[in-house]
Amino acid sequence: MNVTDMLWTLLKVFIVVNVLMIHVAYVVYFERKVIGHMQARLGPMRVGWHGLLQPIADGIKLFFKEDIIPSQSDRPIFYIAPIIGLVAVLSSLAVIPLWEGFSIANLNIGILYILALSSVGAYSIILAGWASNSKYSFLGGLRSSAQVISYEIAMGLSLVGVMMLAGSANLTDIVKAQSEGWFLWYQPVACLIFVMSAMAETNRAPFDLPEAESELVAGYFTEYSSMRFGLFFMAEYAGMFIMSALGTICFLGGWSGPDFGIFAHVPKVVWLLLKIYGCIFFYFWIRATLPRYRYDQLMALGWKVFIPLALANIVVTGVIKLWK
Amino acid sequence: MNDFDNGRIATTDLTLNLGPQHPATHGVLRLVLDLDGETIVKCTPYVGYLHRGVEKLAEHRNFLQILPLTDRLDYISSMANNIGYCVAVEKLFGIEVPERTQFIRTLTAEMTRISNHLLWLATHALDIGAMTVFLYCFREREKILDLFEKLCGARLTVSYPRIGGLKNDVEPQWLDELYRFTDEFPMRVEQYETLIDKNRIWLKRTKGIGVISAEDAINWGMSGPVLRGSGVPYDVRKTMPYGAYDKVKWEVPTGKNGDIYDRYRVRMDEFRQSNSIIRQCIDKLPEGPIMADAPKFTLPAKDRVLSDMEHLIHHFVLITKGPQTAPEGEVYSATEVPKGELGFYFVSDGTGKPYRMRIRSPSFVHVSALPKLCEGELVADVIANIGSIDIVLGECDR
Repeated sequence: MNVTDMLWTLLKVFIVVNVLMIHVAYVVYFERKVIGHMQARLGPMRVGWHGLLQPIADGIKLFFKEDIIPSQSDRPIFYIAPIIGLVAVLSSLAVIPLWEGFSIANLNIGILYILALSSVGAYSIILAGWASNSKYSFLGGLRSSAQVISYEIAMGLSLVGVMMLAGSANLTDIVKAQSEGWFLWYQPVACLIFVMSAMAETNRAPFDLPEAESELVAGYFTEYSSMRFGLFFMAEYAGMFIMSALGTICFLGGWSGPDFGIFAHVPKVVWLLLKIYGCIFFYFWIRATLPRYRYDQLMALGWKVFIPLALANIVVTGVIKLWK
Repeated sequence: MNDFDNGRIATTDLTLNLGPQHPATHGVLRLVLDLDGETIVKCTPYVGYLHRGVEKLAEHRNFLQILPLTDRLDYISSMANNIGYCVAVEKLFGIEVPERTQFIRTLTAEMTRISNHLLWLATHALDIGAMTVFLYCFREREKILDLFEKLCGARLTVSYPRIGGLKNDVEPQWLDELYRFTDEFPMRVEQYETLIDKNRIWLKRTKGIGVISAEDAINWGMSGPVLRGSGVPYDVRKTMPYGAYDKVKWEVPTGKNGDIYDRYRVRMDEFRQSNSIIRQCIDKLPEGPIMADAPKFTLPAKDRVLSDMEHLIHHFVLITKGPQTAPEGEVYSATEVPKGELGFYFVSDGTGKPYRMRIRSPSFVHVSALPKLCEGELVADVIANIGSIDIVLGECDR
């Protein structure tokens, strides 16, 4: 790799990460608006037209708040935990193909890479829970480690079906393999398991146990303040974005869109973003509707329902593939 | 302590201090939980963070002045406390309250029950994670508070009843507005039910959790929806009717299993019963005076004070010194407030001030039963249990 290529890649990284961060900021706004309207209220309205500048105001506020570090905390780990979380999520972005031929790194093991990084993200939660030296954070961290381990397996297994159909773990190839029809129709069970596991993986309702506010105050980030809290917050929403992108690519045909008339002229990335936002909207919808699972029920659901179901799905997919 | 004991790593329980500042303890309840993993080994409630000495304060005020203190017991259903207090004092004084007042009191007490249960449902659902129910309930609760505001000027601490009557009469437009609310409200209750009642997560979180048998519930002294959830059809409004409860048709909803779900169902049914009681009260509301004819204890009407010597004297004495002719004796009177049986026990020595006022508050009893409900269950269930027994610490600590 020569210097020009390297600079070009760096530029791509810079642009993509920044664009994602803006999206993340506005996903928060989007959530507050969507849930607000679902709950018979308006959501942010004060900062800018219909509250459009709210994410910026929040960002500035978080940035200038006092950074409180508990005196009994394990400082190096306390510092590093939120950074691990955000870095793991942002690194996943590298393999997401935004349109045909555009991804920062066209890895042949794209899916595995994303799964690996989402496991790394769990470290940030566990470490934050441990380093805070607070019982609430600790319980949040414990819950999270158990949850992520259980649902990682289910999610990985659900994507095996997709990889079998596409014959590749490369995300670009997976999108291309869906030119005849979305994998949603061929792998409905896998899609269902993936959606649920993705919610558990990103700690979103109804699986938001690590940060269950009514039980554990704020769970693993109870002791965090200022921008360190902001990093966790960004990691959560960026994680949601990545999971939605992965779901879109694996089940909803990625960047593909209608190919006739005026639609043919629309840039492909628009379709991808539309689908991603559709998925994110689904996340919000679930959050506004469902109560929270209890810890043991969540584990039972993961181990007794999702994992066997995902395994059965792989067997069925394999058998059908052999018969064809 | 040795880290290793017989080759195994020795473990101890984790002591978790839940509250008094915690988003789910509904005020300033403090629980000390001994945890084995996430299982509760021992749960110890500590109360008293909101103690204001209401009972002692009452000893230094005359009977007319105590009323606003009762607002602050269970501050989200202040009307019911006021009525409970007035009923007790009227029993002590032997005052006969006019029919119209009885109906209006019943009606406002049931409005309080609806608004209390709305707040309960909102926070209980929020504790279990169903966020939207919270805001839907507040939408309806707002309407009831608006009605209270139109009725007496206050939304939360109403102090609307008076000993022997009411502060002011209701207006026909107000009744119309209330009637419109009762038209719409059952549909809203159905909305809440569709959101959570058939939701599998909700059922999993509430069925079979926090079970208390009918016998235990009685032995712990529980009352209200918590007792009725265990299947005991005890309701002060039925067993010892006051107000107009014996003049309207209604039923006492009960549960069977005594778990969180049954307590939830009982309160949901009470929504409908209260709604129907309000409608019947409006339909049957008789005409007549709203203050009892007891000039030694009740404030006379303003126009008579300005035109008549005796009433002026009564007014002056009542305002400056309180009811001087309060009879000596002891009296206990209970009413059914939204949370259970609220009892007032007075010892009167004839000075116009109670020698002793004792409040039997349902929340205090229910908090004391919390360990019974929680032990052996999970941290998440503690939160659900606190929600399901519907406590307010203002009343518990007094």
